[in-house]
Amino acid sequence: MKFAVVVFPGSNCDHDAYHAITHVLGQDADLVWHKDTSLASADAVILPGGFAHGDYLRTGAIARFSPIMQAVTRFAAAGGPVLGICNGFQVLLEAGLLPGAMLRNRDLHFRCEFLHVRVEQTDTPFTAACQPGQLMQVPIAHGDGNYYAEPEVIARLERNRQVVFRYVSRTGAETDEANPNGSLNNIAGICNEARNVVGLMPHPERACELAVGSADGLVVFESALKWDRSTKSVMGSGVV
Amino acid sequence: MTPDPITDSVLERHGLARDEYNRIVATLGREPNLTELGIFSVMWSEHCSYKSSRVHLKTLPTTGPRVLQGPGENAGAVDIGDGLAAVFKIESHNHPSFIEPYQGAATGVGGIIRDIFTMGARPIALLNSLRFGSLDNPLVRRTMAGVVAGIGGYGNAIGIPTVGGEIGFDESYTGNPLVNVFCLGIARADEIIKGTASGVGNPVYYVGAKTGRDGIHGATMASAEFDEKSADKRPAVQVGDPFMEKLLLEACLEVMKSDTLVGIQDMGAAGLTCSTSEMGSRGGAGVEIDVSLVPQRETAMTPYEIMLSESQERMLLVVKRGREAEVERIFDKWDLHAVRIGEVTTDGRLRVKNHGEVVAEIPNRALTDEAPMYRRPMTTPAYIEAARQLDLASLGTPPSPKETFRRLLASPGIASKRWVYRQYDHMVQTNTLVLPGMGAGAVRVKGTSRALALSVDCNGRFVYLDPYAGAQLAGAEASRNVACAGGLPIGATNCLNFGNPQKPEVMWQFARAVEGMGAACRALDIPITGGNVSLYNETDGRAVLPTPVIGVVGLIEDADRIVKRAFQAEGDIVVLLGESRSELGGSEFLSLVYGKMCGVPPALDLAREAAMQRVLVDGAAAGLIRSAHDCAEGGLAVTLAECCFDSSLGVEIDLPGVADGVTGYRDTATLFGESASRAVVSVSPARLTALVNMAAAAGVPARPIGRVGGNRIRVSIDGRRVIDEVTMAAQHIWETSIGANFELRRAIA
Repeated sequence: MKFAVVVFPGSNCDHDAYHAITHVLGQDADLVWHKDTSLASADAVILPGGFAHGDYLRTGAIARFSPIMQAVTRFAAAGGPVLGICNGFQVLLEAGLLPGAMLRNRDLHFRCEFLHVRVEQTDTPFTAACQPGQLMQVPIAHGDGNYYAEPEVIARLERNRQVVFRYVSRTGAETDEANPNGSLNNIAGICNEARNVVGLMPHPERACELAVGSADGLVVFESALKWDRSTKSVMGSGVV
Repeated sequence: MTPDPITDSVLERHGLARDEYNRIVATLGREPNLTELGIFSVMWSEHCSYKSSRVHLKTLPTTGPRVLQGPGENAGAVDIGDGLAAVFKIESHNHPSFIEPYQGAATGVGGIIRDIFTMGARPIALLNSLRFGSLDNPLVRRTMAGVVAGIGGYGNAIGIPTVGGEIGFDESYTGNPLVNVFCLGIARADEIIKGTASGVGNPVYYVGAKTGRDGIHGATMASAEFDEKSADKRPAVQVGDPFMEKLLLEACLEVMKSDTLVGIQDMGAAGLTCSTSEMGSRGGAGVEIDVSLVPQRETAMTPYEIMLSESQERMLLVVKRGREAEVERIFDKWDLHAVRIGEVTTDGRLRVKNHGEVVAEIPNRALTDEAPMYRRPMTTPAYIEAARQLDLASLGTPPSPKETFRRLLASPGIASKRWVYRQYDHMVQTNTLVLPGMGAGAVRVKGTSRALALSVDCNGRFVYLDPYAGAQLAGAEASRNVACAGGLPIGATNCLNFGNPQKPEVMWQFARAVEGMGAACRALDIPITGGNVSLYNETDGRAVLPTPVIGVVGLIEDADRIVKRAFQAEGDIVVLLGESRSELGGSEFLSLVYGKMCGVPPALDLAREAAMQRVLVDGAAAGLIRSAHDCAEGGLAVTLAECCFDSSLGVEIDLPGVADGVTGYRDTATLFGESASRAVVSVSPARLTALVNMAAAAGVPARPIGRVGGNRIRVSIDGRRVIDEVTMAAQHIWETSIGANFELRRAIA
């Protein structure tokens, strides 16, 4: 399977995603420069973390205009799996591929730490290998991760089961203390209505090896692999 | 070049003495013009010339079989095997951080990162050593909050993890905080690039941010004391742009791979002046530039302003003639524009033109190697003799061990720095093997089986009481910290923070500290490959505690064998390596409980220290040691508690009371004394004998003192229980103390 990891100027988790996919998962990945206009033969796209264009205006606000984003939008519209991690999630929000917006963390500080999220939905390309309700210990590292959307949008997300990850305590309880940034409904990650575009603030790519503290995040990438194989086997059998 | 009148007030504004001016005239054979005077003033400032410190720094050990680059370049480098080099350095940004905490600290981070990637290394870790006044002071809280946010703001955005460091508090830093930033990068040993200009006719390129009026005379500011007017110096602080630096980092590393460069240097202190003259001087060449070609952010800048600007995120490159197009193409990809501003010449001079007209012409060596060097007068400070007296009996009855234990855990110097490091991205690049706040920082080296352990340390109280011993203790502690992680100390960098060197007492502190640090590093076989000196750390005539910070790099051959400080399993045996004596001089206990900084620092036998560190390294490599933690501020009791906190385990300990305890203070000295050359390690019961034998063979005392288990921290002395705390409760005190200063007070405000 081949992943495309988009590199915006200011991306700084691009190599981490690349490392997780190639060295840990053993799959192929290309680093795709933001000025490129094609994703070539990628089976899945990752928008990595970082500070694209410095994030001086609003997180992700400039990156959405990078030439590659037109290709990402087409890829998503065709049902291709797209994962936005942290800054990548913010870019997806700005690009309108996911609903809502990010506010400053409620304590106004950048926060970096391991915490727990619960997998709420397993019918997305990036959670297909998870157990429903599975807990993952993964780190966050952001200053603007306070997810906000209009009440009706939040209601729709919940109704459509588009909340994919939620911040929870180590025992899995959805508490205010477990919420690191003030996100509504403890939302850590969501998907679009078609369920192929997923964004999350935590960094699964930083939690793929026990040596660096946790391997719980690897399942996100394994999910993409499982999803890809099942999609291709369906296509191969001519059922589609 | 019409000379401008150089009056005494002009000289004073430039921080030059009259005899230095006379020397300039003699060197040039004529009066300098104002631009030339400005160039001399920044290059001959203490910050750039090391004029007071150089005679002493020359005595430090700087060589060794692993040293690939010693002092004199942008950073030092040591061989870590597999054809790779660790490139590292520490630098101060104290003065700017007091004036404008966020930008001062942020640009300090930016500057040290540039020093590392300038050498062709990809930066993989940042650490910092910070000092502030008392957190009870709102000004100090504001300064600390700003510094922490600035460090995070820059490091987080550029994507280099801040994996460790240390923070100390003392009244002397109230108006003069210390912000020392350490960066380490990895390069191929045979691809290290130097800051040199050579090859007549090779073009000189400028790349990065445009030049503005920010930071003019920053180097001069950093070479003077503060007074009540210091806030007026705000325009001399630069503003950082981590995004620009991220582009520069990636673009420069890409250019370096193309073999198109002769040399490269960042523009830090003294900006364009320093980079041109230093590169020329190192290459034995001349450099000619035309400032009208320099990209400018503001209009009507004079040659003086352009040469002295300290605008951030700028690099100077000497490109191989004929390869210009390749270099320009790579920078274009990153939306950076490399501009040719001059070329290398034969005459060894820095020649500055403005629209073709020569506005300054100075021999490069006069600005660098031939800058003034002083052997300043020294005197033993008057305070020393009285401060070294410690009469415990006169202090009355100490608080109970239980009370002292709790107070020490909450003391800002000892309490968890979580509120701070949580604001730093410490995991980006996915190499962080040990999270911050848990002993030495540690990062793996991808593509190899190795890891590096990193520690920055200094106890200013010890240095104040005895600069020679204190600096030795700093070196011993930093290397002991990396040894605890299983790292063999292979190189060091230092950042020497002192007061006004023109005061003989301060100069004495400095000279004695350098001697002590040199002696320690020689004995421990750790070459010092570079560093930084920050003098004039004074406000209203009062100096900071002498603070010679040292950063040590340790090499762990097998990253899987890294040792952490947390106890690992119930039933493991806790062993004390080293010996406890009745040593409360300069301790956190005396400072916290009695507000006293007195006595003599703990004795240090460097041969014993070296032997003890070898046991730590060999014990880790052999897989004998399950956890290890150095004993420092707060003594054995605090060390044991910290080993429990990280694991949520408990411990049951029985210590022998110190043999030479003062009546009434025997328990205190046993629990909270800060004897050097000690570490608490844990081993599985089956491996105890092997470890004890290993230690005995090395002549290192190794005494089993208890067992890991339960959920309480229980410590007895000679069978008598003196501390009994639930681990979680003690941890809560330790973990919330610093954050409470910020969150609670903000809520009240």
